[in-house]
Amino acid sequence: MTRAPRPDKQRGLAFRLALFILTSTTLIFLAAFGYNYYCSRHVVLKNVRESAMHLAQATVLRIESKLRAVEAPPRMTARHLEGRPLSNALLLPLIHDMVAGSPEIYGGAAAFEPHGFDPEHRFYAPYFFHAEGGRIAFNQLGSEAYNYFLRDWYQIPRELDRPAWSEPYFDEGGGGILMSTFAHPFYDLSADQRVFRGVVTADISLEALVTEIGAIALYETGYAFVISRNGAFLAHPDEQLIMRESIFSVAADRQMPELRAIGREMIRGGTGFAAVTSVHTGKRSLLAYAPVPAADWSVGVMIPERELLADIRALNHTVLAIAAAGFTLLFLVVVAISRSITRPLHRLVAATTEIARGNLEIKLPTTHIGDEVQVLTHSVDEMRLALKEYIANLTETTKAKERIESELKIARAIQMNFLPKRFPPFPEQTAFDLFAALEPAKEVGGDLYDFFMLDARHLFFSVGDVSDKGVPAALFMAVTKTLMKGIAEQGLTPADVLDRVNVELCQGNDAAMFVTVVCGMLDITTGELVYSNAGHNPPVLLRAGGAPEMLPVSPGLVLGVMEEATYATSTIRLTPGDRLLLYTDGVTEAMDAGQRLFSDERLLGEMAGLAAAEPRRMVERIMAAVHAHAGGTPQSDDITLLALQYKGNAESF
Amino acid sequence: MVLWLWLPGADTGRAETLKSYDFLPQWSPQAQFAGYYVAAAKGFYERRGLALTILRGGPERPVGAQLAAGLVDFGTLFLTEGLVLRDQGIPLVNVGQLVQRSALMLVAHKERGIRTPEDLNGRRVSVWEAFQLQPRAFFLRHELDVTVVPQGNNVNLFLMGGVDATSAMWYNEYYTILNAGIDTDEITTFRLADHGLNFPEDGIYCREETLQRDPAAVRAFVQGSIDGWRYAFDNPEEAIEIVMTHIQAANLPTNRVHQRWMLARMADIIRPAGHHRPMGTLTDSDLRFVAEQLHHSGILHTQPDYLEFHDPRPSTR
Repeated sequence: MTRAPRPDKQRGLAFRLALFILTSTTLIFLAAFGYNYYCSRHVVLKNVRESAMHLAQATVLRIESKLRAVEAPPRMTARHLEGRPLSNALLLPLIHDMVAGSPEIYGGAAAFEPHGFDPEHRFYAPYFFHAEGGRIAFNQLGSEAYNYFLRDWYQIPRELDRPAWSEPYFDEGGGGILMSTFAHPFYDLSADQRVFRGVVTADISLEALVTEIGAIALYETGYAFVISRNGAFLAHPDEQLIMRESIFSVAADRQMPELRAIGREMIRGGTGFAAVTSVHTGKRSLLAYAPVPAADWSVGVMIPERELLADIRALNHTVLAIAAAGFTLLFLVVVAISRSITRPLHRLVAATTEIARGNLEIKLPTTHIGDEVQVLTHSVDEMRLALKEYIANLTETTKAKERIESELKIARAIQMNFLPKRFPPFPEQTAFDLFAALEPAKEVGGDLYDFFMLDARHLFFSVGDVSDKGVPAALFMAVTKTLMKGIAEQGLTPADVLDRVNVELCQGNDAAMFVTVVCGMLDITTGELVYSNAGHNPPVLLRAGGAPEMLPVSPGLVLGVMEEATYATSTIRLTPGDRLLLYTDGVTEAMDAGQRLFSDERLLGEMAGLAAAEPRRMVERIMAAVHAHAGGTPQSDDITLLALQYKGNAESF
Repeated sequence: MVLWLWLPGADTGRAETLKSYDFLPQWSPQAQFAGYYVAAAKGFYERRGLALTILRGGPERPVGAQLAAGLVDFGTLFLTEGLVLRDQGIPLVNVGQLVQRSALMLVAHKERGIRTPEDLNGRRVSVWEAFQLQPRAFFLRHELDVTVVPQGNNVNLFLMGGVDATSAMWYNEYYTILNAGIDTDEITTFRLADHGLNFPEDGIYCREETLQRDPAAVRAFVQGSIDGWRYAFDNPEEAIEIVMTHIQAANLPTNRVHQRWMLARMADIIRPAGHHRPMGTLTDSDLRFVAEQLHHSGILHTQPDYLEFHDPRPSTR
């Protein structure tokens, strides 16, 4: 209750609210954002893949149609040459017309096997080509220096027995133009067996194609390229690569085995996609590739991934910006809401702190919204009122209790004042010594002791114990003592005193209280002790030089119970030095922490050690022994001790 | 001699005394001739008093004929070519045998079931006419009945499946095949040098007359060339750079990675692992072996005299 309120706790609530709400919102947003990104990326990639593949296919178609257009005339010419006798007159116009009639064809020839056209000549290959100025020029190919039998365009169709496109090459005669030659074999069909006679060729300049394809641009840095069946670059935006590098040499140079694998897939006529780092742009790119079946080439379209996803990225930036703004707004709202919750709570805490400090009059803050805080405020207010009422009651009760306690204290004081407290009581007396003590328990108890001289020779003494505790017991004790003193002074024997006191006490004893008493009358000159007992513990007698013993007593009924009860008188003679100890059960029934009693035996034992002790010392030692026995155990009963030493009185004789 | 080469100012005032010579490699510019290009670029010939011009080689300029006609001073030839030319009475001298180990090999399509030499039996194999002796000896040794198809200047016929196997130079066409997308595990190779048919290849030749007239110039060329090769092997990237400038000048369809491979293989065949002959050495036994093989095939009519054919002095350090 005294702990100070911790303001950071209040900030904590707002903070936690903001944290949890913003965290979960962020997670939800990120999940949605991620999924959206994934999906849109997927869609974009799919679209881009499609368009890249479309572009590759379109390029393939463009090349393919060009190649196919070039293939047709030599095929027809070859067909024409088969199965008819050939002469220069027939052949030369045919080849001339084939070249002149096809603007796609750069040049064309009919090349014959060694001595195949004219047995006189090893080489025979009339070649017509488009010269400058639209002119058709003629050249006879074949010499020891230009052995066309070993040229790809001649040898490959011959050995493969089928038409073929040559691997592109730089034309030596035509000014270093990149060319490829289509060669169609023709045969002598007149014999039983088909005999190879030569090939009809058509050259195509790839320059235009290279420029055209090299100029293809997609997005920012996307491009297209063409590789030959050997992987050599035929078209590429980087002209330095053309015919110099192959996709495999680049892969080897850059140590990119994945590029080599893609190149192999491409030259095998594969169609597909690959993710690859473009050596040309240095960017991670999407490669779409498709084959050119006519010449076993392959077209690749390379698009940098970053550029593909540029639109998505821009969109993402917008979404993230909106999200950032949204989160800021959400944060402010959360803070505002938590403030609206914590502000009345804060005021309530301030009020309850005041209440805790004891200010029950404080007015609790009022809230207008019918929320939990208002309910809480109401409860706290009820608690405040209840506390207030309780404290009022408590104050009342405490006051009453204090009054009673002070009255009890007064009662105790009065009770104690009844008891003679001057020691030695009769300083002029030498015949005996007497000491008594009463140690009251917490509550007002009912023990009593008394002694007085009846006359010059007789000492009357008594010890009693009222059955109850509290004020009634104290009053009963006071009554008993007063009665006893009044009656004893009439010169009666102790038994008669008890008889009479009993009768008096029984009358009007509605509370049914009783008291045990042992009393005695000592003739100080003779040492004769007359005594009687009403239900009290027997006194201890310690003869001079003897062992302590319990004084034999007639039991006698307690006083105040039965009017008809009678009490017996016993008599012993004390000799000088004899000691007598009267006590209440507060001594013998004193308990230690283990609930063990002090006991009669212990009392006798203690007495044995006090054979030569003065009464005061005896009382003090027994009292100390009882306290030592009890230890810390609270005293539950009055402890009363009265010790008497008879010394004899020579003066009286 | 080596020392003064490198002394600063050693060639001071020699400009007017430089002797003009020219050199024709047997093929177009490539790393096969890296040593000569490097020597020229680094001034190794000039330091030895030569103003050397490297001519552009190629199939249209056969070195043997050019040397015979006195059109060029120095040229490189395969040992077999040198022997045949000399046998034909052309007075050429081998003044330095650089390539010690034959790079010639046969490459076969493994998927066609060719794994051992015997698997070539009944197959079509393309063979260069100029270098058919070794393959033919190989077929003979393994008693193979092979259809020999004349081979052009490339391996396209092989790549298109027109033949089962093809001739290839380890430093050139073999790598061309790899860089046409064929993996090494898809082909079977037979290095003829590994099959007891080691014909040393590139050597430096000049006419006897040149050697007699100016032995110092011949020596200067051979020594400068050896320096060039050493430098090229020690500084391959710089050498490739030099070779590439010649290739680019000639606008040839090749690339750096190919030339890098070629230079590395040239190192393997000029300085083969396992023997430490000084560069330029032609051993009597190599000469004898090749001459006998040629004689046996009826190509050589006479057995050459070792010292007449090869002058070891220009290459001796």
